[in-house]
Amino acid sequence: MNTELLGVIATYALTLIIAIPLGRYIAKVFKGEKTWMDFLAPLERLIYRISGINPKEEMNWKQHLKALLTINLIWFVYGFFLLIFQDKLPLNPDGNPAQTPDLAFNTVISFLVNCNLQHYSGESGLTYLTQLFVITFLQFLSAATGIAALIVVFKALKDKTVTQLGNFWEFFVKTNTRLLLPVCLVIALILSFNGTPASYAGKDAIVTMQGDTVGVSRGPAASMIAIKHLGTNGGGWFGANSIHPLENPNYLTNMTEAIAQTIIPVAMIFALGFFIRRKKFAYVIFGVMTAGMLLLLIPTIIQETGGNPAIARMGILQSTGAMEGKEVRFGPTATAYWSTITTIISTGSINGFHDSTMPLTGMMQLVAMMTNCFYGGCGVGILNYFVFIIIAVFISGLMVGRTPEFMGHKVEAREVKIAALVALLHPFLILAGTALSSFAVAHGWGAGWATPPGNWLNNPGYHGFSEMLYEYTSAAANNGSGFEGLTDNNIFWNVSTGFVLILSRFLPIIGPVAIAGLLAQKKYIPGSAGTLKTDTATFGVMTFAVIVIIAALAFFPSLALGPIAEYFSLY
Amino acid sequence: MVLLTAGIYPLLIAGISKLAPGKGDGVTVTNKGKVVGYANVGQQFTDDKYFQGRPSAVGYNAAGSGGSNKGPSNGDYLKVVQERIDTFLAHNPGVKKENIPAELVTASGSGLDPHLSPAAALLQVPRIAKLRNLPENKLNELVKENTKGPLLGMFGPSTVNVLRLNIALDNL
Repeated sequence: MNTELLGVIATYALTLIIAIPLGRYIAKVFKGEKTWMDFLAPLERLIYRISGINPKEEMNWKQHLKALLTINLIWFVYGFFLLIFQDKLPLNPDGNPAQTPDLAFNTVISFLVNCNLQHYSGESGLTYLTQLFVITFLQFLSAATGIAALIVVFKALKDKTVTQLGNFWEFFVKTNTRLLLPVCLVIALILSFNGTPASYAGKDAIVTMQGDTVGVSRGPAASMIAIKHLGTNGGGWFGANSIHPLENPNYLTNMTEAIAQTIIPVAMIFALGFFIRRKKFAYVIFGVMTAGMLLLLIPTIIQETGGNPAIARMGILQSTGAMEGKEVRFGPTATAYWSTITTIISTGSINGFHDSTMPLTGMMQLVAMMTNCFYGGCGVGILNYFVFIIIAVFISGLMVGRTPEFMGHKVEAREVKIAALVALLHPFLILAGTALSSFAVAHGWGAGWATPPGNWLNNPGYHGFSEMLYEYTSAAANNGSGFEGLTDNNIFWNVSTGFVLILSRFLPIIGPVAIAGLLAQKKYIPGSAGTLKTDTATFGVMTFAVIVIIAALAFFPSLALGPIAEYFSLY
Repeated sequence: MVLLTAGIYPLLIAGISKLAPGKGDGVTVTNKGKVVGYANVGQQFTDDKYFQGRPSAVGYNAAGSGGSNKGPSNGDYLKVVQERIDTFLAHNPGVKKENIPAELVTASGSGLDPHLSPAAALLQVPRIAKLRNLPENKLNELVKENTKGPLLGMFGPSTVNVLRLNIALDNL
């Protein structure tokens, strides 16, 4: 077996080895059991005291959502103003300019919702102050927001009939102190000892061996790159993200970063099993998600190692695979693996440019974001999957002619309506956005704009359409990767994707939390022989079918116009 | 929370990284007492007497970074690839077209890729040997010495750092 494939298998195996005990640990922390990290309690008490929080105060699901939305609004205002005044603030050694209001709007929303569309380049679009106090800060907090929301759902599923679901601030603070910060410390040090810059020194100028004078951008990048992956945000320090040789210097850091972005989403599945004491239920979810991942991963690896057929026709063998937009130190197999996990997990960081991947690889990336629940982002992955579970329970109930039940509570019209709305919102936002931008391109709209639509696309034909489809899919999945050839730093893209981002972040959090809260209030019905069992392989297949049907029916036409058409033009 | 995540945490990492190679400023490479570049950042070599790295979409200027973002079916892009093949063949007479590794005619993602595969470096040996009047087997040895194998001998591809290889070449 070749070393590249072996590297990918080792990366995934290490992920599981770390994620299972981590899941047990997460469950313990949020159940309030003793762990070896309890020495952090005084620090947490200090944070509670400064912020005037009473962590013992119990909240119902509505109060949880209110706390979540309020704090997010405050961060939005805070981040927006730092970005538009960043040129006048300290820690700007390279003298970078302020962001325009529409770009700042897009940037702050993007990071607030755990996405990283990044319509700027890190080297010139931000200062060290905003990289740390806006981007890094939000990378911690948006991940903690998702996880805290999921813990609320865990609480609701655990008990028989309950309205009090713990304290949002406690979940939120503990996610940071007990989970994100300690793990980040380890990751950041692995990176900096392998050559990633970590100091506050500004841009360097060097004279190369053949006498060219070039700049080398630097900065305290290691600490940000750690949380960007662990928190599944994905926003890079440098414009080229984790393709950049300082952001991801060698194969070891590549494995580290790939593992870092996968461990929390996978660990949360196991944490669910430990938390609600239904391990089998968690294993079924894990099985379905892993099957989904493999279905996307295997074709991707085959496509990328196979090389570009158009270049093969020129007589180049491409024994090392398709290399456009990729780096030699990772090779096509590790890049294919990364492209799959970064799209299923809503990280959106990249170690090879997606715009230059093969057509079917591009389709796999799109499908990964369209389903958006095979592992999924920090916390929100399981929330998305939860919506599909509710729909699967409902459909199964109809098929056998029984009132649908989930975890001992009746699933009624209101819950199913919320689930259906959330599930349909995703395709609606993607397809409506793409239709709007395609219309603008096709009809020569806005010819007087600073960047007219005719200049948006970097590639002609089917691939150009894929660039627009990818941008909205990425925004709606809160993913953040892009077919980066698209010229997206202008008012149209900044504003339209900004709104897609907000809607597709908060509604899919509000929906599942509301469903879980509503279910938990209902009378508990003990399971009997007639109860639909949700921890069986049959139910797993059922959920998988629901996901495939929703994704396939809603998105197939657009995929046929983009990547599938390009595939047939190329082969 | 702001202070903890954006203030203390990065300062702590920067502090501990003072112990890392390059003190957290990035690892530089020196030749004859002069800093000639960063170990992990590729640079441009246009002279035929040196090993040449991959095409770059940003001209190897690490003040920025980025790839071409050209799609696989883009006609203009394919013309550029064809030109790169022709140029390489013109500068390296005797090389068979099918032996050219893909990375020599495609742009890297970062535009700063510091590496080549061993095959891509070995392919340039006859040209350099002729221009420098050195025996080919000596250069083949040099490439082998500068090849870094897979991680732990098991994981990932083998790579050659072009900058280090060229420094070694100058010091032969």
